[in-house]
Amino acid sequence: MTTIEAVAPRQYVRGPRRGPITRLLEDERKLALCLMLPTIVLLGLFIAYPFVKGIELSVTNTSVGVPGKFVGIENFKKIWTDDIFHIAVWNTCLYTFVTTVFKLVLGLWLALLLNRHFKGKAFMRAFILLPFIIPTVLSTFAWKWMFDPTFSVLNWMLFHLGIIHSRINWLGDPGLAMISVIIVNVWRGVPFYAISLLAGLQTISPELHEAAAIDGARAWARFRHVTWPLLLPVTLVIVLFSVIQTFADFQLVYVLTGGGPANATQLFATYAYQLGIGTGLLSQGAAISLAIFPILLLVVIVQLVYIRRAETL
Amino acid sequence: MRCIARRSLLKLSGAGAVAAGAGGLAGILAAGRAPVFAQGTTLHWLKFVDFVPVSDQLIKGKLKEDCRKALGIGLEVETINGDGVQARITSAIQAKSGPDILMAVSNWAQLYADSLADVSDIADARGNAEGGYFDTAKAVANDGKRWLAMPFTILGVLLVNRTSWFAEEGVKADNFPKTWEDFRAVGKKMKAKGRPFGQTLAHAFGDGPAGWYPYLWSWGGKEVEADGKTVALNSKETVESVKFAVAMWKDAFDEGAMSWDDAGNNRAFLANTISSTSNGASIYLLARSKADTYSTETGKPLKDDCFHAPLPGGPAGQFSYHVPFSNLIPTYVADPKPAKEFLRWFHSKDVYDQWFTSQQGFSVGSTKVWEDDPVWKVDPVMAPFRTAAESGRFAGYAGPAGRAAAETISKFIIVDMYAKAVQGAAPEDAVKWAHAELVKIYAG
Repeated sequence: MTTIEAVAPRQYVRGPRRGPITRLLEDERKLALCLMLPTIVLLGLFIAYPFVKGIELSVTNTSVGVPGKFVGIENFKKIWTDDIFHIAVWNTCLYTFVTTVFKLVLGLWLALLLNRHFKGKAFMRAFILLPFIIPTVLSTFAWKWMFDPTFSVLNWMLFHLGIIHSRINWLGDPGLAMISVIIVNVWRGVPFYAISLLAGLQTISPELHEAAAIDGARAWARFRHVTWPLLLPVTLVIVLFSVIQTFADFQLVYVLTGGGPANATQLFATYAYQLGIGTGLLSQGAAISLAIFPILLLVVIVQLVYIRRAETL
Repeated sequence: MRCIARRSLLKLSGAGAVAAGAGGLAGILAAGRAPVFAQGTTLHWLKFVDFVPVSDQLIKGKLKEDCRKALGIGLEVETINGDGVQARITSAIQAKSGPDILMAVSNWAQLYADSLADVSDIADARGNAEGGYFDTAKAVANDGKRWLAMPFTILGVLLVNRTSWFAEEGVKADNFPKTWEDFRAVGKKMKAKGRPFGQTLAHAFGDGPAGWYPYLWSWGGKEVEADGKTVALNSKETVESVKFAVAMWKDAFDEGAMSWDDAGNNRAFLANTISSTSNGASIYLLARSKADTYSTETGKPLKDDCFHAPLPGGPAGQFSYHVPFSNLIPTYVADPKPAKEFLRWFHSKDVYDQWFTSQQGFSVGSTKVWEDDPVWKVDPVMAPFRTAAESGRFAGYAGPAGRAAAETISKFIIVDMYAKAVQGAAPEDAVKWAHAELVKIYAG
C-alpha cells in the first residue's frame, strides 16, 4: 500500500522590504532605460549636440564672436562653387579609398600571419599595435622628418642603395605629397585592421579548416571558401569604422603638409579648419564639415545593408 | 582669517585717495600701495611662447613683480605655442569667457573686431609719445575708426645670407643685389655650386606670405584696389611677376622648399644647404646662442658667416612683409580697465625698454622711437633690422588689412598662385585662378 505523506506547505518567509528604487528597477524596461541613460547623456552631449549645433551654424552667417542670421543654404551654395572645396572633395575620396584598400589588404595579411603559432607571438601582437598607440601628431612629426627634403632618411637610404641619384621631393611634389600622406595613414591604420581581423579569425573554428583540408582544399581554397565568408561581417564593420575615421582625418595632413602644396593634399577637415578657425568663418567651416555627412551616410547605409545581407546568408 | 580694523581700512582708502589725487607713479610709490585696483586683481594674459626665451622669463619674473608693485595687479601669463593660439582665441571669444588679454599675430584683430574693446585711448597716447606707429602695426590693429588692439611689436623679416659663399661671387652686404634680376643671376651661380636660395612655396603660415607678398608688390601687383572691393590681382604686373618667379625658382632656388613649413628654411640654413632665405632674426640668433652646435662646412661658427639684407626690389619698388603682434582685450571682460592700465604700463618707456632689450633685435618694435634704441649698436649683424619695418606693408594692399585679406592669407591664395605656376601651370592661368578666388572672397 502506497502511503502518501502529506507535506506541510513551506511557510512563506517574507523577504527584506524592498525600497521604491529596487521595485522600480525590477521593471525590465525601466532598468534598461536606467542602464542606457549614461550612454544617452554622453551621446547627446558629445555627438548629438555638436551635430545639431553644426547644422545650426551652417545655415547662418556666423563668424567668430558675431552671432549670425539665418541664410538658408547660402553657405552650401558658396562652397559648391569653391574650387578649393572641389579639390578637397576629390582628395578626401581618393585618400579614403586608397588607404582603405591598402589597410584592408595589409591588415588581413598581417592578421593571417599573426594567427599562426610562433615563438614570441604575444610580444609581436603587442608590438604591431605601436603605430596605432602612439599619438598621431607625434608619429606624424617623425614621418615629417623622414620626408624632409633636406634630412630625409628615406632619400639617404635610397641614395646609398643606388636606387635614386637625386633626392625625392616627397612633400613638395603634388602627387608625391598625396602618396606620402597615404603611406603614413596606411602605416598608422594597418595595426587596427590587423588586430581587429585577428580577433575575427580566432572565432573561426579550426575544425572547419581541418574538415576542408581533409576534403582536399588547399590553403587558398580554404581561405576563399572558409575564412573569408566567416570573416566578412567583421571585416565590413571594421571597414565602416575606418572609412568614417579616414574621411574626417585632420591631424595627419595638418602636421605633414598643412593641405599643401597648392592644396594638393587638402581634405574636408583641414579646409574646414582653415576657414572656421583661420578665417573665423564658422558657418562656412560648419558647412564644409557637414558636406561630408551625405557622402558618409551613403557609405554607411550601403555597408550596413551589405552587413545585414552577409549575416543572413 | 585676518580681520581688518575699520580704522586701518579708512587709513588705507585715504592713502589710495591721496595717491589717485596726486596721480602718476610718484603718488603710487609714495602711498606704497596700488590705488586703482583692489588688492587681488589678477589679469590672465595669453601669449605666444617667445622665440627669445629670456623675454618670457623677464615677463614671468621681474615684470610680473613690478606690475604687482606698480599697479597692484597680479599677472598670470600663459604661454602657448604659436599654432595653438588662434584656436584658443576663437574658443574664448565664441564662448565669451577666457583670458583678459589675448596676444594676436598678423591681422587677427580685424577678424574679431566686433568682440574687442576699444583701446584707442591707450594706443593713441603711446603712438603720439613714440613718434607714430609703423604702417604694418597700424594696418592690422586699427580699422580706420578705432584701435581694435594695442600693437605689441613687429618681428622684422629680412634675408639672412652666408657671407663667405656670397663673397665668392663678389657680393657683400653693401653691394647685395637690389633687383630681382641681379638676385637671380647670383643665385644661378650659387645653385650651380649646390648653394641654392631657399623660400617656401608650401602652406607655411609665416614664411609663405612674408616671402611672396612683398615680391608681388615689388612688381606692381596687388590684391585689391584702395576701395577694398575691386579685385586687381589679374594684371600685367602680376603675370610678369609669376613668369619671373618660375624662372628664378628653377635657376636659383632649392626645389625642396616646395614642402617647407615655417621651420624648413631655418633647418636648411643651419645645415648649410642653402645660402640665403627670407626669415626673422631667429636663424642668426640661434646660431649665435649655440655657436658650438652650428658651424659652417669649414668648422667655423656659423654666426660669424652671416649677414642680413632686405629683399631685392622690382619695377614698382622694394617692399617687405613683417610680422606684427598685438594684444586684444575682448568685450567679454567685464571690466577692461585693469587690462588697459596694464597695457599702458607695459608699454611705458621704462618697462617696455627692458623687454625690448631682452629681444636683442628679434623685435623691431611697433613705433618708430625704437629705431634709436642702443640695442642696435650691440651686434652689427643685427643692425639691418633697425629700419626694416619702414618698408613694410601688410596683406590686403591696396585695400585694408581686413577679414578678406585674412581669408586670402589663410587660404594661401597668393602663395599657391606662385606654387601652381612653378608646378607647371601657365602663369596666366595661375593668376586667373587666384584672381577668381579673390573675387569670391572679397564679394563676402
